[in-house]
Order: sequence, then structure tokens, then C-alpha cells
Amino acid sequence: MRHLLTTQDLDRDQLTMLLDTADGMVSLLERDIAKAPTLRGKTVATMFFEPSTRTKLSFDKAAKALSADVMSFTASSSSLTKGESLKDTVLTVQALGVDLMVVRHGATGAPLRVAEWVDVPVVNAGDGAHQHPTQALLDSLTLRQHFGTLDGVKIGIVGDIRHSRVARSNVFAFSTLGADVTLIAPPTLLPVADSEWPVRTTSELDDALTGLDAVYLLRVQSERGGASVFPSLGEYRARFGLTAERFKRLKPDAVVLHPGPMIRGVEIDAVVADDPRALVLQQVTNGVAARMAVLYHLLGGEADV
Amino acid sequence: MKLVMDEKDVARAVRRIAHEISERNRGAGDVIVVGIHTRGIPLGDRIRQELAAIEGAEIPLGSLDIGLYRDDLASRPAPVIGRTDIPDAIEGRTVVLVDDVLYTGRTIRAALDALADIGRPARIQLAVLVDRGHRELPIRADYVGKNLPTSEKERVTVHVREIDSEEGVWIEGAL
Repeated sequence: MRHLLTTQDLDRDQLTMLLDTADGMVSLLERDIAKAPTLRGKTVATMFFEPSTRTKLSFDKAAKALSADVMSFTASSSSLTKGESLKDTVLTVQALGVDLMVVRHGATGAPLRVAEWVDVPVVNAGDGAHQHPTQALLDSLTLRQHFGTLDGVKIGIVGDIRHSRVARSNVFAFSTLGADVTLIAPPTLLPVADSEWPVRTTSELDDALTGLDAVYLLRVQSERGGASVFPSLGEYRARFGLTAERFKRLKPDAVVLHPGPMIRGVEIDAVVADDPRALVLQQVTNGVAARMAVLYHLLGGEADV
Repeated sequence: MKLVMDEKDVARAVRRIAHEISERNRGAGDVIVVGIHTRGIPLGDRIRQELAAIEGAEIPLGSLDIGLYRDDLASRPAPVIGRTDIPDAIEGRTVVLVDDVLYTGRTIRAALDALADIGRPARIQLAVLVDRGHRELPIRADYVGKNLPTSEKERVTVHVREIDSEEGVWIEGAL
């Protein structure tokens, strides 16, 4: 594994290795001194060509917890606004001296192109509506901590699947780890080529609800056109929101995940978001651990895992 | 592969080490046993049990992964990092580190650095099942199951029942 670009090409052993190490990283983050020297002298560039707060902070924290130096780049303050190409930008950053690049970009495939241009490992931190592999790792880690395994765990991913790189990444990670995945969305928000995915699909949340061990809620992505394909947010909530009433009908030990940012009152009711069975904050903490595992394994010798 | 310690030899060595820990520390009241991943953990657990039987008191067991404190990350594929779980505060206590084989001393150097990031014990002692020599750092063990003179070309293999389904120490000659 030289780069981490999608979850689609990760096999079960690679996923398990990353999750096992992430568990070790969780125990590091629980210490008073939540820092280890392993990446001392390495420089990680976090390059966000699309706005992000939580993912960027999470990668920053992960790199610093392993004693790497961090160079940050955001598109709004860069020479891109002066007309520099993506290629020239990343080659310039490489020439400054970095050991790994974390790339988020609005265009599908941009991190893959970057990986072809540079000589250092590249981590995809989200590309368009395509992939967000470290999100899938942190979600898999959260579910594995809760259930012990993903084998046979029934997961429903609810919401704007079509515009969601989170859903795309999770479908492949969850099913490679043995989970049973159902996509639940209005027909207009289901993927076009869903028949090629290892999942079932339905548009009836109320029918699917009672069989699920975990409900994974997606945000309605207004900025990617997600809100224009159904009549109103109120109607979305009525059919696909995890309301307090639907939450009561879940299995008693079922859990709720959400990648954030949550829009309370649309895809999730406030009382559900605040329930202990909503693992949203645990997901955030696990995000740091999962990204530490990725940085650590990609910067190890040979990087061949 | 030549067998140099069988299951009974291992059990006897573990029992003797537990007695030596008790003797050296005048009891084991403030001892925390900390096993180093991977085989130091089951060995540490057995030392802890023997110690508890001698002392008639519970002895805590911790696990320590030293992967993030190695000095050779760039030269080999990064090994999986296991959990580090220390059940009690180590401040002011006696930590007995346990590993299967003492060789170059680099693992123990890493373990000392890792412990320093966890707390400040009163003292740290080292127990190993096998000391095979060839130190590259000024480190020695306080409790040794067996001193095993080896050449650097030989390979020492420790198997424990909990992990390997068989138990013993083997030495493999130069290839």
C-alpha cells in the first residue's frame, strides 16, 4: 500500500491491519501524554483545495500526535487564485520537502492524479462525490469497537447516497469486512450504478428499520445539489429522517452513526443525536486514531503492507 | 531447530523469577508487571500469577506496545501497533518489564521511552525468559530465565501456549 486513495482496492487483511493499529492509537490518545515520537522528522502536508474544518483538524492532530511536522495549505489563500495549475502547486509543495500529502479536492480523481505526479505517499481526504477512505476507516473502527466485528452486522446507510463520498467509501469497507449493507434513500438519491455495488437498496426506511444493527445517517448535501431532488427538507425528514419515533422502533442495542456535520431536525432529531447510542463523538475521536494508523503505515519502510 | 527449554523449564524459570522479584523488592506490594507485545504479555501474566500466589495479593498486569518508539521505522514495513493498557498509575511504583528475548537491547530502550511518556515509576526492572547476548546498548536484565550464548547468525524462537499452541525455546543454527 503506497497511497490511500479509495477503499475499493483495500482487501480484508489491509483493512484489518489498519484497524488493529488504529486501536493501538486509541490507547495512545487516552494517555496524559498523547504523543509518540515515531514520525519525528517527517513532514505531512495537508492540502485542502475544498473547504473542510473537521477533517483537516483531525489530520493535523493525527500527524502531531505522532510528532510529524505539519504544513497546511488551503485553496483560498494559495496561488491557485492567481491561476497556478494543480500540478504546479503540488510539485512546488513537494519541492519544499514533504514526506506525505493529504489531499482534498472537489474533483473526483484529483488525489489519484496528484499521486501520479509526486514521489511521496498521497492520502485522499475526500475527492468530489467519489471517495473519503479515512472516513470509512474511522466508521469501521467505531462499529468494530461496538460489535467486536463487522461480520454479519446489518448496516443501513440512509440519505443522499448519490452525492456522498462517505457512502461510497463505506459501502466497500463495510462489505469487505463482512457487514450486510442496505442503502436507503429516495430513488433520486440512490446511485445510478448501484447494481455494481455489494449492497441492497430500498426507498422504505420504515420497512428496513427494525432489522438494522446500525443506522448510518448522511447529511443532505445542498452544496452538491442534494436538496434539489426532493420537494422539501420537511418531507425528507418525514420519510428519511431518524426521528425520535423511528429511533424507538430500532433494535434496543442498535447504534446510530453520522459523519457530521449533523443537521438536527432534518436527517436526525435532536433527541436522537444526544442519545448515548448515537456514536457521533466517538467517531470524531476515532478519526484521529484511524488517520494516525494511515500516516504510520504509509510512512513505514518499504510502505509495502 | 534445537530445543533448549521445554514447557517445564519455562514454568520453572517463571516461578524462580517471581520468587526473585519478591525477594529483591521485599514483597511485591508496589509492583506492576508490564508485558511487552507480543509474547511478553502471556509471560508477564504468568509471572504475575506466581507473584500473586507468593504474596497472597493481586498484582496488576499491563501491556506495552513499543512500536511507536522504535528507531527503525524507515527501514522496514511498519508493524501493527497493539494496545498499550496500564491498569494503574505507575507513579512511585515498581514496574517489572517482561519480554521473551533480550538481544540488542533496542526493544528495551524503546520500552523505557514509552514508559517515560506514561508516567514516572519509582524504579523499572527487567525480566526476560532468555538473554542471548549481543547487546548494542548499555542495558541488562534484572531477572533472567536462561542465559543462552548464541552467535549473531543463530535465531532464537520462543513459543508460548497462549499464542503459538506449543511452548518452548528453540535455537536454530546458522543457515
